[in-house]
Amino acid sequence: MLPICVVLSLVYVSQGVVQTLAGTVTAGTIQGAAQTIHVGPVASQEAVKLLGTNGGGFFNANSSHPFENPTPLTDFLQVLSILAIPAGLTFMFGKMTGNMRQGVAVFAAMLILFTASVAVMYSFERAGNPNLTTAGANQVASATQTGGNTEGKEVRFGIEASTLFGSATTAASAGAVNASMSSLTPLSGGMAMLNIALGEVVFGGAGSGLYGMLVFAVLAVFIACLMVGRTPEYLGKKIGPKEMKLAMFAVLAVAASILVGSAIGVVTPAGLAARLSAGPHGLTEILYAFTSGVGNNGSAFAGLNAATRFYAVAIGVCMMLGRYLFIIPVLAIAGSMAAKKRVPPSAGTFPTDSPLFVGLLVGVVLIVGALTFFPAFALGPVLEHFLMHAGQLF
Amino acid sequence: MRRYVFASIRMALVTLFVLGIVYPLVVTGIAQLAFPAQANGSLVRSSDGAVIGSSLIGQSFTDVKYFHGRPSAGDYDAAASGASNLGPTSKALVDSVVSRVASAVAENPGLKTGAVPVDMVTSSASGLDPDITVANAYAQVARVAKARSLDESVVRALVAAHITDRQFGVLGEPRVNVLALNLALDAAK
Repeated sequence: MLPICVVLSLVYVSQGVVQTLAGTVTAGTIQGAAQTIHVGPVASQEAVKLLGTNGGGFFNANSSHPFENPTPLTDFLQVLSILAIPAGLTFMFGKMTGNMRQGVAVFAAMLILFTASVAVMYSFERAGNPNLTTAGANQVASATQTGGNTEGKEVRFGIEASTLFGSATTAASAGAVNASMSSLTPLSGGMAMLNIALGEVVFGGAGSGLYGMLVFAVLAVFIACLMVGRTPEYLGKKIGPKEMKLAMFAVLAVAASILVGSAIGVVTPAGLAARLSAGPHGLTEILYAFTSGVGNNGSAFAGLNAATRFYAVAIGVCMMLGRYLFIIPVLAIAGSMAAKKRVPPSAGTFPTDSPLFVGLLVGVVLIVGALTFFPAFALGPVLEHFLMHAGQLF
Repeated sequence: MRRYVFASIRMALVTLFVLGIVYPLVVTGIAQLAFPAQANGSLVRSSDGAVIGSSLIGQSFTDVKYFHGRPSAGDYDAAASGASNLGPTSKALVDSVVSRVASAVAENPGLKTGAVPVDMVTSSASGLDPDITVANAYAQVARVAKARSLDESVVRALVAAHITDRQFGVLGEPRVNVLALNLALDAAK
């Protein structure tokens, strides 16, 4: 990673990302005001921030700050950096299993879910916020303006680059942002939250995305084999009750941490006091905070003041639960399966490198996610979507 | 056991030194040699060498004879940065858009309610957006031309000359850098 980071840092600097040991520059603006401009060693941090799917920015505004992300090219490279390692790991998986098609199948499932996420976020941002049209603004895209919901977005990125970045950063566990997540239209912000809530299995964090998706693969194999009455096997290893229990534990632990945490947030005065918004958006702020914490994502509906004692403790605990209650069962599944004898594939084996399996895997991820989170999401983003179109404000 | 502990401590110290100190310093060194202007903040200086600002950081323009940047949640404070984070059903957001539309229409001759470019009345993600859309710039031409007693076609041509197109023809959005445009205006007259 070090050589790649050096090269990326220098490309970033060539585009305008600052890299200096100085702290501030003071400018006397054209209109005669003094403007204190913070600078620093940004480019070297920027490269590793995204390649390592960490997402902690140098400036408060993160990758929307012109010194972190000055041009559409740096923005494109940042999205690429977020996805490069997690996507590459699916090919490593193919190599390790001795069958590239296994890796390609996992990659294809991730790509389908990612494309769907970008499409959802893009279409709702492009459609814009009807309340802004009522207020007298023109959101129609034309040759001279990007249009759509531009609140909390930068002109140089527009709708396309902002939603692509938003999808990538929540699908993977990066959490860097180039637009305000909180100011997204309701279903677009809901899509970002769903990306994290699904367990960040769509490419996901470096390593954590792959093992998360493999847990869903184990579930998918089990469900498929139940339907047709075959013995469930994945990669030549039989899947027994023990693996199934562990896989379900991993999936449920993440969901429970998010939902129980949010439930505590919405019934305690300390949890409610930190909201910026009333109405369903306020619920989404709290849900997003716990979802992002459990998923170790780090992006935020930043209207919520998470710097209170309640959220610092609650989200901190959720971060640990979200990581360890998932990783321990995953290691246990791996250990249990590694100890098993390899069964040679027979006519009764369900092939896990076929388009049929890719479809099943996508279906299982969506069904598990939808069943778990639909009630909460219905009261947050979905309700807000309909109220937005009804012109109800809070 | 002890061997592993010491080996991992050594490894931690070495990586701390290489990645935490050597890496940023090497990048800083190369950056300062190869791209000194960008590495120090793409600063814009006046003819006497004083720093006017950075071409990447928006600054507050309120005078009618200048093109205005987008509303900023942090009032163009470049020691901070950030968005309004107001949600789409926020009354505070819609109220401020209504009042921004009203002042934009009052200020700019020929601009009508309903036709105000959306980026003109919504705040940016960083609060420091250096750019406005092409539509936003053209909507301000009449006002700026009148304030400077210039012909509208002259100002319009100046805007057209300052459009930054999509990078490589595909990436990002066409835009106008407000500081560069205003400096060119001052130079023109």
